[in-house]
Amino acid sequence: MTKSILVVGVGGQGNLLLSRILGDVFLSKGFDVKISEVHGMAQRGGSVVTYVKFGEKIYSPLIEKNEADFILAFEKLEGLRWIDYLKDDGVLILNDYEIPPMSVISGISKYPDVISILEKQNLNYKLVDLNSVVNKLNSSRVMNIALLGYFSKYFDFSEQDWIDAIKRNIKEKFIDINLKAFSFGKEL
Amino acid sequence: MKKLMLGNEAVARGCYEASVKVVSSYPGTPSTEITEYIAKYDDIYSEWAPNEKVALEVAIGASIYGKRALSCMKHVGLNVAADPLFTVSYTGINKGLVLAVADDPGMHSSQNEQDTRMIAKAAKVPIVEPSDSDECRRFVKFAFKLSEMYDTPVILRLTTRVSHSQSIVELEDREDYQSEYIKDISKYVMMPAMARKRHIFVEEREKLLSEFANNCELNRIEKGDTSFGIITSGISYQYVKEAIPNAWILKLGLVNPLPQKLIKDFCNKFEKVYIIEELDPFIENYVRSLGITNVHGKDIFPLCGEYSAQLIKKVILGVEDNKCDKLSIELPIRTPVLCPGCPHRGIFYAIKKVGTITTGDIGCYTLGALKPFEAIDTCVCMGASIGMAHGINKASDNNEKAVAVIGDSTFIHSGITGLINAVYNKSNLLLIILDNSTTGMTGHQEHPATGFTIKNEPTYMLNIVELCKTVGVDNVDVIDPYNINENVEKIKKSLETKGVSVLIAKAPCRLHKRFRIDKKIRQVDNKKCKNCKMCLSIGCPAISNKDGIIKIDENLCFSCGLCQSVCKFGAIITKE
Ligand code: SF4
Ligand code: SF4
Repeated sequence: MTKSILVVGVGGQGNLLLSRILGDVFLSKGFDVKISEVHGMAQRGGSVVTYVKFGEKIYSPLIEKNEADFILAFEKLEGLRWIDYLKDDGVLILNDYEIPPMSVISGISKYPDVISILEKQNLNYKLVDLNSVVNKLNSSRVMNIALLGYFSKYFDFSEQDWIDAIKRNIKEKFIDINLKAFSFGKEL
Repeated sequence: MKKLMLGNEAVARGCYEASVKVVSSYPGTPSTEITEYIAKYDDIYSEWAPNEKVALEVAIGASIYGKRALSCMKHVGLNVAADPLFTVSYTGINKGLVLAVADDPGMHSSQNEQDTRMIAKAAKVPIVEPSDSDECRRFVKFAFKLSEMYDTPVILRLTTRVSHSQSIVELEDREDYQSEYIKDISKYVMMPAMARKRHIFVEEREKLLSEFANNCELNRIEKGDTSFGIITSGISYQYVKEAIPNAWILKLGLVNPLPQKLIKDFCNKFEKVYIIEELDPFIENYVRSLGITNVHGKDIFPLCGEYSAQLIKKVILGVEDNKCDKLSIELPIRTPVLCPGCPHRGIFYAIKKVGTITTGDIGCYTLGALKPFEAIDTCVCMGASIGMAHGINKASDNNEKAVAVIGDSTFIHSGITGLINAVYNKSNLLLIILDNSTTGMTGHQEHPATGFTIKNEPTYMLNIVELCKTVGVDNVDVIDPYNINENVEKIKKSLETKGVSVLIAKAPCRLHKRFRIDKKIRQVDNKKCKNCKMCLSIGCPAISNKDGIIKIDENLCFSCGLCQSVCKFGAIITKE
């Protein structure tokens, strides 16, 4: 059994950290894990994707079309962009948040109506409002951990497993706010 | 102990375990994190050098003195370091010398796709190539031993998917070695008489290494039950294992020189052998040069870009792509952009207003070539903008004054020599140094003008203004990049004055933790807004236009105030 998770969004949304914490949790549960990250140019507000795979033995760090069990999308358009990578029975978890790309801002193209396009597809998607957590905690930097909280419900690991992984990967002074974001995310 | 580690982090760990003493590098994606992780080990001296040539020279010095040393760079950085590389191949080393060089197939963040194996081959330097994080750790340790066994520098060749993937690493203890400096001018002074002898040594070494390659533990055969064999290395090995788990594989870890006997024997076993390697046909050309003909390589696999398990399945097994075109519409692309609040934005806006030919360079400010600015005409390599602007000036019939832009880190890397040349050869150009006080694109590394070392210790801060004056530029001015109108005037004025002039647009990168500011977030007063869309022309990702309503996203705004200065109707206000 191998499970593949695609984490997509816009550079700067905390994509890497989320993937690392996921990988850490799976490692602590005894799985083989591979994560492939994107650095450099792509991070500067561009489209960003990170691959997380876990299972008994993982070879390629990449996830290819029709292979992802989950897509976690921090941004609506980016979620839509990657849906070819979703397995037929995979789940797309979509943050209800739009960041128009420059091509839209400068009027060359139009931001698509993501939800109505998804409705026409026969696929399983969940819309979550991570911004509500961001507003509650008054920090835009916790969106990723809120998403982690929501996503944790798909696994039967204990809450402590997740909390430990968060603690191992986040600086001491930000742990409290992130643990709050995690539990708010869980309630979404 | 088991740990999940980035390939680059595992290289750093391997260096720690190998008791490396000195590391000098220049940042470049995807190699940067090796040196950043090394800086966390207090037992290792580490530094950012102004460029890769200097970095390698530092490592060579340390190695000759008797300590293991490492230098890290990306593939294009190796070009900068090629000069010392080709000669250190002759001198050899005293204690282990390794270059970690990261290639970028697919060009996730590079200007070309060059294959480091070709340069290593030309320099007659062995290459080891890991395929996951634990191999990164083990292979770098092996590389130091190989270096000492054969008196040679060794290249640890990485690629993006190895450098930037995390997989499980088994940690080991630190090992020790004896160090001693022995004066030996016939080995370390490469004047012609001595170099001639060393060239003979290098050729002998190649032969010995070729022999060694046949029995090297890094090269191994994995038994399978396929009727064909596969020769592969690096990340391609992982794709092969995923695509055809039960294949016969010759996995190469020592990639230069290649194991002649091992390859011949392996190829003899099968009717057909596939050679699977990203970028150039490096292994394939060698195999064919042995007179082996039952192989397939670039005749069926692509020369450009990255490979994948699906590609291998498709080409070898004829399994169709998992193509599933769920979407019938085309989505708007999302290219990288200058961040909200970025100081470069104001300068590109001003350059666009003035409308001159502008040579660009490598760094965040390369993004000034994209919409909405389209203010940059060229981007070739680090430091090239100044030389190219000078070339444009000399090529023009009416002594046209071109504009060159460059960042602070890049200016120190290799822009300064271009400036010296321009002054010396009586150029007519305007250089705008976009000084954001950090190495931005690669993630905020220090450099000689930031005033801090890699360990965040204060150090002498190079003064770029004085430096420009010292090399002979009379007109040096420091400008505020956010002040568009004044800058348009200053650029115009500089273009009218003869000679070389420099404008230093100084404002820190807004994302740098040292420069975090209190946010005075801007808002649009939609009652005052006339929907003239001027604010959209500065290309700030925080400002959007949804169905005719201009909005600023508070999560994204970095409160630089640039939008306020372009709105003629005072519709953008500071939020209390
Ligand atoms: S520049 Fe000012 S008036 Fe024009 S669209 Fe932007 S906010 Fe509205
Ligand atoms: S919205 Fe205005 S103030 Fe905020 S970052 Fe963009 S240009 Fe600067």
